Amino acid sequence: MSKPKIASDWMAGCAGCHMSLLDMDERIIKIAELADLRATPITDLKEPDESGVDVGVLEGGINNTANEEVAHRMRQRSKILVALGDCAVFGGVPALRNFCGIQEALQRAYVEAESVDESGKIPSDPELATMTKVRALSEVVPVDVFVPGCPPEADVIYYVLSELAQGRTPELKDELLHWH
Amino acid sequence: MTQKITIEPVTRIEGHAKVTIRMKDDGSVDHAYLHINEFRGFEKFCEGRLYFEMPQITPRICGICPVSHHLAAAKAGDDLMGCPPPRPASLLRELMHMGQIIQSHGMHFFELSGPDLLLGFDADPAYRNVVGLIGADPQLTLKAVNLRKFGQEIIKTLGGRKIHPTFAVAGGVNKSLKVAERDGIRSGMADAIATTQAGLQIMKDWAAKNQDDINKFAVLSTGYFGLVTSNNGLELYDGDVRLIDRAGQQLEKFDGRNYLDFIAEHVEDWTYLKFPYYKKLGWPNGVYRVGPLGRCNASDLIETPLANEELKQFKALGNGQPVEHTLYYHYARLIETLFAIERVGVLLDDPDVLSTDILNTKQEFKGRGVGIIEAPRGTLFHDYTADENGQLLKVNLIVSTGHNNWAMTEAVDSVAKTYIKAGQPVQEGMLNRVEAAVRAHDPCLSCSTHAIGQMPLIVDVVDPAGNVLQTLRRD
Ligand code: SF4
Repeated sequence: MSKPKIASDWMAGCAGCHMSLLDMDERIIKIAELADLRATPITDLKEPDESGVDVGVLEGGINNTANEEVAHRMRQRSKILVALGDCAVFGGVPALRNFCGIQEALQRAYVEAESVDESGKIPSDPELATMTKVRALSEVVPVDVFVPGCPPEADVIYYVLSELAQGRTPELKDELLHWH
Repeated sequence: MTQKITIEPVTRIEGHAKVTIRMKDDGSVDHAYLHINEFRGFEKFCEGRLYFEMPQITPRICGICPVSHHLAAAKAGDDLMGCPPPRPASLLRELMHMGQIIQSHGMHFFELSGPDLLLGFDADPAYRNVVGLIGADPQLTLKAVNLRKFGQEIIKTLGGRKIHPTFAVAGGVNKSLKVAERDGIRSGMADAIATTQAGLQIMKDWAAKNQDDINKFAVLSTGYFGLVTSNNGLELYDGDVRLIDRAGQQLEKFDGRNYLDFIAEHVEDWTYLKFPYYKKLGWPNGVYRVGPLGRCNASDLIETPLANEELKQFKALGNGQPVEHTLYYHYARLIETLFAIERVGVLLDDPDVLSTDILNTKQEFKGRGVGIIEAPRGTLFHDYTADENGQLLKVNLIVSTGHNNWAMTEAVDSVAKTYIKAGQPVQEGMLNRVEAAVRAHDPCLSCSTHAIGQMPLIVDVVDPAGNVLQTLRRD
């Protein structure tokens, strides 16, 4: 039997959840033995396989149209979708933006900021994504496994991935839900 | 007809980015652009927060260098509330910062850019990653993992967690260092030095074999910018900002709190990342580079012996001029890693490092505070204005990767033009080199777009009429 495939990506987060994944240190070698790491931010494949992966992991909330695409694609191509970290689970710190307007935030950063010169304007090139309200992953697509924490501890991520890679459903309770 | 190649996402960098390469009719490159495609708005939504929340909120800008934001926010708090920390607290903050430099630089060299250098730019993208490295050299990979762990453990020892620690507060830190903790950190130093030296050897061997790539890969003429000690030695925690020009002459040396007199930011329509530049020379003449290459060029020496020897060899590459090769960012990054480990030793040997005099509780409210630090990727500025309750009225952030925005954009354009030629099919390895031009700067796009947060790489080849001729993604 071939190894289960895992893919991951990040959206509106800080990369800290992926760094916590790397904090499992030498156990990453164990995960690489149990599973086939496909497209992730630290590998060179760009997208989860069209033929699908067993486990898709997403970090970060959804705050623009590009993130929406990433979320939908990962959902479509994964048997099990994991929301990794507070941003994906609840929206996290970036969701503070929902308390001020998007336009106000853009205006502050690109026009009003003390250091911006007279070229200041809100970028609007068609190559750029459009901002939306910041949402948790489950507000956009159905999620199978929620792993809270900012970031979740490396031990917890290791437990979740190794269980999933062995075809079991991780059960997050007690110490595993306790973070500092 | 104009074509466009899109590379999305750019991989093995922090955050999401996209490159578009616009082609001329004859199939040669017209211009390549780097688009940073996310905006989170920290500057706005932090208005109204209390100054003491900032060392916890702003690290969420970036999980790779959360300690830089944590410390810059605390330093801005020191300045805003008029409560300079006692010396032991500064030593401990710097110790935590060295932990971060070691983990971030170590990870970048071995785990993010290492696959290009060790497996090759043209290696199969399915294996050109850290798992491929495990297969190719398991012992080296394990050492690299342990180097990162050494840095992360320093952060955890002081701040309770490896990512988003809770340690620095305005006026000092919240925990002193115990003897056993100091000795624990010390016991890991020898291995960390050995691994970094092995990395330096790998870099030098690679450079000797790939001189051709190095010489034609985005050699850019810019100013260089970074904190220095009073002797113009490399400094990562606290010091004046030094800016040198393209020929290596000092243009300015200033207290970073006055940054608005020296730096301004330019905005372009096609990216959410702003472009800082040296005001007196104007945009775009005043562009400069930061991060390891910027700092190694902007400083004259390093005040620890092993790293200083390496810096001398590095400087010899420039023959008295700054070293301009983008691929030497990797070299400079390892020299700094060596310095950071040696600096850990200096800090641990200081008798004050075990002192419990770690917090200055006397405050003299100032109304505005600026915190500056050398994050792994370059100089970071946090600038807060608050009312007398310490509630923030204005927040301005200039983040490390931003200073390199011009250089990254220029490097992408230059590498695309060097490797993609009219009449030749575009190959994956060429596009990986375009990505490597971004990767060499180790951009932190979450940071740079605190402001932004996402950086995939798609290359669209577009014809002059705007039709997409070819889209390259790796999947
Ligand atoms: S949950 Fe925390 S660590 Fe994870 S992406 Fe969000 S801010 Fe970063």
